[in-house]
Amino acid sequence: MSASLRANAATSSVTQALRRLRLAIGVAALVLTTAPAFVPAAQAAVFSPKTFELENGLKVVVIENHRAPIAMQMVWYRVGAADEKPGESGLAHFLEHLLFKGTKTVKPGEFSRKIARIGGRENAFTSHDYTAYYQTVAAHEIEMVMKLEADRMQNLVLSDEVVMPERDVVLEERRTRTDNSPAAQLGEQRNRILYLNHPYGRPVIGWMSEIQALTTEKALAFYRKHYAPNNAMLIVAGDVTAEHVRALAEKYYGPVPRRMIPARVRPKEPPQRAQRRVILESEQVRQPAWSRVYLAPSFATAEKERAYALEVLSQVLGGGSTSRLYRTLVVERGIASNVRAWYAGDGLDYAEFGIFASPTADGDIDALEKAVLQELAAAVREGFKSEDIERAKRLIIASAIYARDGLRAGPMAFGQAFTQGQTVEDVESWPERISAITPDQVMEAARILLDKRRSVTSILLPEKGP
Amino acid sequence: MTRRIAAFVFAVFILVPVSAHAIDVRRLVSDKGIEAWFVPDKSIPVVALSFAFRGAGAATDPSGKEGLAEMVTGLLDEGAGDLASQNYQRAVEEIAAQISFDAGRDHFFGRLRTLSAERDRAFQLMRVAINAPRFDAEPVERVRGQILAGLKRQAENPRRIGGDAWRSIVFAGHPYARPTEGTAKSVSEIAVADLRAFVAERFSRDRLIIGVVGDISEAELRTRIDELFGALPAIGKRFAVSEIVPKGAGITKVIERRIPQSLIILGHAGIKRSNPDWYAATMVMQVLGGGGLSSRLYEEVREKRGLAYSVSAYLNPMEHSAIVAGGTATQNARAGESLKVIRAEWRKVAEKGISARELAEVKDYMNGSFPLRLGSSRGIANTLVGVQLSGLDIGYLSRRAEIINAVTLEEANRVAREVFDADKLTVVVVGKPQGIAAIP
Repeated sequence: MSASLRANAATSSVTQALRRLRLAIGVAALVLTTAPAFVPAAQAAVFSPKTFELENGLKVVVIENHRAPIAMQMVWYRVGAADEKPGESGLAHFLEHLLFKGTKTVKPGEFSRKIARIGGRENAFTSHDYTAYYQTVAAHEIEMVMKLEADRMQNLVLSDEVVMPERDVVLEERRTRTDNSPAAQLGEQRNRILYLNHPYGRPVIGWMSEIQALTTEKALAFYRKHYAPNNAMLIVAGDVTAEHVRALAEKYYGPVPRRMIPARVRPKEPPQRAQRRVILESEQVRQPAWSRVYLAPSFATAEKERAYALEVLSQVLGGGSTSRLYRTLVVERGIASNVRAWYAGDGLDYAEFGIFASPTADGDIDALEKAVLQELAAAVREGFKSEDIERAKRLIIASAIYARDGLRAGPMAFGQAFTQGQTVEDVESWPERISAITPDQVMEAARILLDKRRSVTSILLPEKGP
Repeated sequence: MTRRIAAFVFAVFILVPVSAHAIDVRRLVSDKGIEAWFVPDKSIPVVALSFAFRGAGAATDPSGKEGLAEMVTGLLDEGAGDLASQNYQRAVEEIAAQISFDAGRDHFFGRLRTLSAERDRAFQLMRVAINAPRFDAEPVERVRGQILAGLKRQAENPRRIGGDAWRSIVFAGHPYARPTEGTAKSVSEIAVADLRAFVAERFSRDRLIIGVVGDISEAELRTRIDELFGALPAIGKRFAVSEIVPKGAGITKVIERRIPQSLIILGHAGIKRSNPDWYAATMVMQVLGGGGLSSRLYEEVREKRGLAYSVSAYLNPMEHSAIVAGGTATQNARAGESLKVIRAEWRKVAEKGISARELAEVKDYMNGSFPLRLGSSRGIANTLVGVQLSGLDIGYLSRRAEIINAVTLEEANRVAREVFDADKLTVVVVGKPQGIAAIP
């Protein structure tokens, strides 16, 4: 299931946040030039994309991969939930659904029927910063899907007859994802309060009452404002050549006219001065959970080294079974059944660094919180062994090779970079930059990050009564 | 935000095989006589191995020790050979290998993915995991604690409640009715001796099925396979899991919960993978409720009426039974309407079948979608294992399109009549549904 990265963090459980973390690593990672011993030198370049730009401003990235006779097209738009007007939450995501409702020449549902007919897979996803559409098909069908995708970049046709049932679908989606799940509800409340002023606090799917007020006109206005070649990136990966993709892109996307695109100016966070705490009690909860999220700099906003250091920190602190928090809290003290740290560093404006802990089946949540905070403080005080940091870096860098094992990771990495303030070069140099991070940089990043005034602690509990 | 969500009742191991013309699949036999299917691929420096111990899944958990297979999956990489838990985990991380285990109801699965430069160490770590797991006290108690915490976390999850209830009706009295993860009581009862016995009795060469993909030579792979599996017993213990015809036809059960959206799970007896009508049934199923954004259920429930975000149904062929299952989730006030629409479509496909056009389209879908499984080494390796688990030979890969294209409209519609029956659906609803009454 293709959940949006930030949407997951915004709307749902830590498990999903962890899944997102793994995805983020798998996705952003490439291979190193200063290679550790196990990386073959010949593999220094990984995705090695070919890039060009059409006259109408559409950026194009081609990742040739001839392993299997298949190809994937992704189109990424620089628009997401954080670009909505206040009161119209959910509009970017609603429009994503509506892009399947037909154009001047393609009837409602015909797009998906054509993809099914050739055995293709398709979907779309929305986050605070981006909206993206993709299809995976047999390589010889790539022209058909490029033609269809280019068509809906400019020719969308909407009527209440198709829009209103789809609004009900989105309301059901909200119920499925959030309203039926206490953990997701807590995540939504947590996110709202982590951001005092910035629209990242808004749920990507939207508030129930605001989704109910979305209309055909609002969706079309949003479409005309943000969907244009000069606000998009086309990525084609798989058994294709750059020359062929260029010819098809010029033929189908070339004629789509430019638009004036509004600058993405969003309200900034004021200084955060008070730590916050949200507690959700529910009769649906049997097993409590504890988490804390810190507002953090992102790859786009931090001094470069800081974000890469946070990536390494999340791994060495709580990235797996040998990480510091897991070893001390789960293995040695036995006070937690699980603990993880994660860094979601891709945001255009801000990022989040989180720690999640689950008590043992009969464990006490207050004792758990105390222990986690003790271990965090000890980690910052004592630092990490350099061998542990090296192992964490090797794992992150190796995920770069695995990222080439499949078609999806490359387009995801370039699409996220494009929509979230990074470049193709940033993606390509990822392993080098991870490799260059020193233990001192990790510790400095940790000391600056772990300021409780910039955090929200959230606690999920069984119903206790009034 | 995605436009679809995953299937409802179980995770299904989908047995749609690959076509031969897309990849070079070889059948190897090692010196010790162990067979493996292999796809050489040097496009990236990675090797992926998937294997299964056929018939060694959770259905063989001893009564009162439900959750045993699941617990073993969590412990094989928590200490093996000379390496205690943390040392083993560190050794895996050092080379960035990925080792995992998974217990289905019928089969037990293992997977390894490694950088080819590190394959020596990676195969060694996998070898000790399956040949010499330690089951030391600390990791055993830790993993038991994690499973118990997980059971509590899932206790009020509507999907968990609904899935457990549906299976307990349809497979009443059979091991398929039991939750794979066990219960708090059964997990607490599992002793180290049970874990050891599980491995000793079930990890055997006669059960083994292997698929390998990647940057390794055929000669080396033969040696590796003997290193990995050669020391396992030739024959494992037999487990008699009985056949079960799904029960509870026509029952509707409502499990009241104060949640805004009702989860509906439904299904009835299906068709086994070995049945000659399997392909025709797959096609009818795909037209009615299959993947993609254009099945009849998707069209009627979601697109026309906006009743749900997700609606689908699928065939689940099991070793000792077979079911058709599906589901959706709708706000309580319209839950009855959703169920009515699904029943009507179910009835319609049984009575009127599918059209010639739908049959042609679904054949194109099935033929066109197979190469999409070949995009990653794990996808290929899992597919190689899946095809073998279905009891098919390597030649099947090139026959597949022919078999699909040979299905006639008459066959498809006869099978639709025989398999689908709206009145036989067993329905479980979790929530506060309006318009749905319990039928005992």
